[in-house]
Amino acid sequence: MELLVSETRFRFGSRWLQLHAALVFGFLYLPIAVLIVYSFNGEGVGGFPPHHLTLDWYRSLFADEAIWDSVLNSLKVAFAAMVISLTLGVPAALALERAQFPGKALFRRLVLLPLILPGIITGLSLLMLFNVTGTKLSLMTIMLGHGTALIAVATTEVFAGLQKLDRAQEEASLDLGANYWQTFWRITVPNLKLPIIGAALLIFTPSMDEIAVSFFLIGRDNTLPLEIWGRLRRGITPEINAVSTIIFVFSLVAIVFWYRLRVRGEGGTDVGIEIVEAVEGNAI
Amino acid sequence: MFSRAYKTAVTLPPLVWVTVFLLMPYLLMFCYSFWSVSASQTIEHSWNLANYGQLLRVGVYWQTLLRSMWIAARVTIFSLALGYPLAYFLSFYAGQKKDLLYQLVIIPLWVSYLVRAYAWKTILGSDGVLNTLLQYVHLTKHPLEFLLYSPFAVVLTLTHIYTPFAFLPIYAALEHIPRNLVEASHDLGASPGQTFWKVVFPLSVPGVVAGATFAFVLSLGDFLAPLLLGGPSGIMISNIVVSLFGAAYNWPLGAAISFCMLLLVVGLLFFSERLEKKWSFS
Repeated sequence: MELLVSETRFRFGSRWLQLHAALVFGFLYLPIAVLIVYSFNGEGVGGFPPHHLTLDWYRSLFADEAIWDSVLNSLKVAFAAMVISLTLGVPAALALERAQFPGKALFRRLVLLPLILPGIITGLSLLMLFNVTGTKLSLMTIMLGHGTALIAVATTEVFAGLQKLDRAQEEASLDLGANYWQTFWRITVPNLKLPIIGAALLIFTPSMDEIAVSFFLIGRDNTLPLEIWGRLRRGITPEINAVSTIIFVFSLVAIVFWYRLRVRGEGGTDVGIEIVEAVEGNAI
Repeated sequence: MFSRAYKTAVTLPPLVWVTVFLLMPYLLMFCYSFWSVSASQTIEHSWNLANYGQLLRVGVYWQTLLRSMWIAARVTIFSLALGYPLAYFLSFYAGQKKDLLYQLVIIPLWVSYLVRAYAWKTILGSDGVLNTLLQYVHLTKHPLEFLLYSPFAVVLTLTHIYTPFAFLPIYAALEHIPRNLVEASHDLGASPGQTFWKVVFPLSVPGVVAGATFAFVLSLGDFLAPLLLGGPSGIMISNIVVSLFGAAYNWPLGAAISFCMLLLVVGLLFFSERLEKKWSFS
């Protein structure tokens, strides 16, 4: 009987929690729903109810070369950021797991710092570096900025993967006469395939969307978020809703892809939880 | 098992890179904050504390900093109020739907920050979705003007953006709580309320601290939402920095404010780490 009473009270509490959860989801998805609905609204942005459903905004979007140039630039930046972060983040994870060196604690903190630091500080400090060294601002400086800030993502994802890795395979490879370079490429990397792909996705997508760092490091060529920013200042246009909707769909595809990958592996499906725990200071 | 050469090979490149592109820029920011701008608009490398003196003397800087902290504090409280019960629901009640719901919390993070902020603008504006809806159902006759270009709009938008950030570490902390502790508490006769406050909540405090830190720090340094939705009364400290690096052209003073923000953030991180250690039970 005791048990029954507490069960019903539990259910009662869970009703409120359920309602709360529904409201929070509503709050989180309201702007996204508005964005998508109004990308088809003939009367432009705002106004209730939406009417005259149309594909005009998508048509004018596809004819808009400035936007597509900026999309191409963003893709270039995201790809370069991915290469930079992985090239440095994978060895950084190996270093943190396997080597002892003076300044290791500071190194760990520095690598993780850009994740929690407001983008303006990362952006401005790099702007000063480029200014002092006489580096001209361009897509290249944005690539360096994103690449550096996102090393943390590669490091934490790969570090989490390394901790689950059985070192016996690497040991066997070394014992059987393979050198470190061969062992790295034939044993370590294939075993870290999932964390590396995960990190790549978790670098690529945020880099595509990033604006606070890019804001200060931009040269002549705009990335997509900066192009959007420029247009917003001139006035709202539903073309932006259209391009955002398209990108949202692509992001969804990426998430589903990533989700299925994680389900197939043993990684669990909590996307990005390693990063959160690393920033909290527990995992690394 | 790993030779010295291996360790050097994996350590040196990231170490050098991080020194050049993270440590040096922060140090440079520190240096800049002691320099000044001459009448001819060039930066003079004469070391003095004038910039910091100006920050203390001129009211608008620290008033804006205080206002930013107040906005960030509200965003933090609202994000926790939205994020904690949600995380608790997912972790303890969602059952098989847990994974799906988790993904649903994360998905908005994949939609551009800028685009979501701008969507709020189209909702809150005087010809916006909300105002026209209210007039459509005859709740109001005239558009409510306070919705947009106000601290309210900034707090609302930033809460929307940082709620998932607050949710994540809380959820992670709740997921780590051994379920047999909760069962033991029930078996020993504690009510659900007692179990929550005496077992679950204390064990989730490190997650709450981490979530609060994320929400506070990231919203404190935001400058895009205030520019887009804040209006004159919603200006935050980073907006001042942006203008000092732009039209106002006073990099050294901007660097001084940025460096103070950096110190504030690092101090907060240090403090929250201590707090998490104190509260974590392992």
